[in-house]
Amino acid sequence: MASPQPRIGVVTYPGSQDDRDALWALAALDAEAIAVWHEDPDLPDLDAVVLPGGFSYGDYLRCGAIARFSPATASVCELAGAGGLVLGICNGFQVLCEAGLLPGALLRNESLRFVCRDVPVTVERDDLPFTTRCSAGQRLVLPVKHGDGRYLPPPDLDPGQVVLRYLDNPNGSVDGIAGVCNEAGNVMGLMPHPEHAVDPLLGSDDGALLLASLVDAARERVLAAY
Amino acid sequence: MRATVLIRPKPGILDPQGAAVGSALGHLGFEVQDARVGKVIDLEVEAADAATAKARVEEMCEQLLANLLIESYEIEVSG
Repeated sequence: MASPQPRIGVVTYPGSQDDRDALWALAALDAEAIAVWHEDPDLPDLDAVVLPGGFSYGDYLRCGAIARFSPATASVCELAGAGGLVLGICNGFQVLCEAGLLPGALLRNESLRFVCRDVPVTVERDDLPFTTRCSAGQRLVLPVKHGDGRYLPPPDLDPGQVVLRYLDNPNGSVDGIAGVCNEAGNVMGLMPHPEHAVDPLLGSDDGALLLASLVDAARERVLAAY
Repeated sequence: MRATVLIRPKPGILDPQGAAVGSALGHLGFEVQDARVGKVIDLEVEAADAATAKARVEEMCEQLLANLLIESYEIEVSG
């Protein structure tokens, strides 16, 4: 049997910017990438969902605070509750924190400057659906571009939930945390942009390791359902 | 009824915006030991009395207006 193409949705909110890059990257990594509109209350039949970067709802009140009320976000919460795979990138990470799917909050960069550059991160966990193509301790180079990326964990965060750590902390995140997952390990958020790093022509293709891991995990779920 | 919500970064939370404002005041010759920047939200709410209005606004703060991990809130209600 030919290897099935998993169906991975990318939600577009008003103000999302990186939705098209995410769709393009997922398609390049052999997923069926499906655009999901924020007003759609019913997600199409999906094997995983990506919440992309951008400035949903103009970052009004707090980054990600308003996107939490989109019909599509409610469906994403349901999917996550049922064990579905959800990845939030940059603003998508902020939305997942505001929606309570991930612990912690993202605050204004310590420098008060918008940072836009490639940064090295280390992979802390290689056993997640988002990191199986990486190995623990591996160094990845990924672009960041954000003004509000300083991660503040809740006081009781299990250190095992840290997935990525900056080597050269660009925003003042506590303990250099660049990406975290939920306790169950099916929801992950990160500030760096793997979807902008899937082709060596763009400076790095390390992001493909994370996204291809997600595609692999989604494909396994399709096969398991047969 | 008019409710004013004051939202502040919690004590201990690094507030680089407040630090920048404090340092700018220093450049003007003002002696400021500490500056923190928060926000104000003014609301008009229908309620029988001030206590009811305050209770409703408290729910709003808990559910949306403040992120309790990083912010504290204070509510003032006036007729």
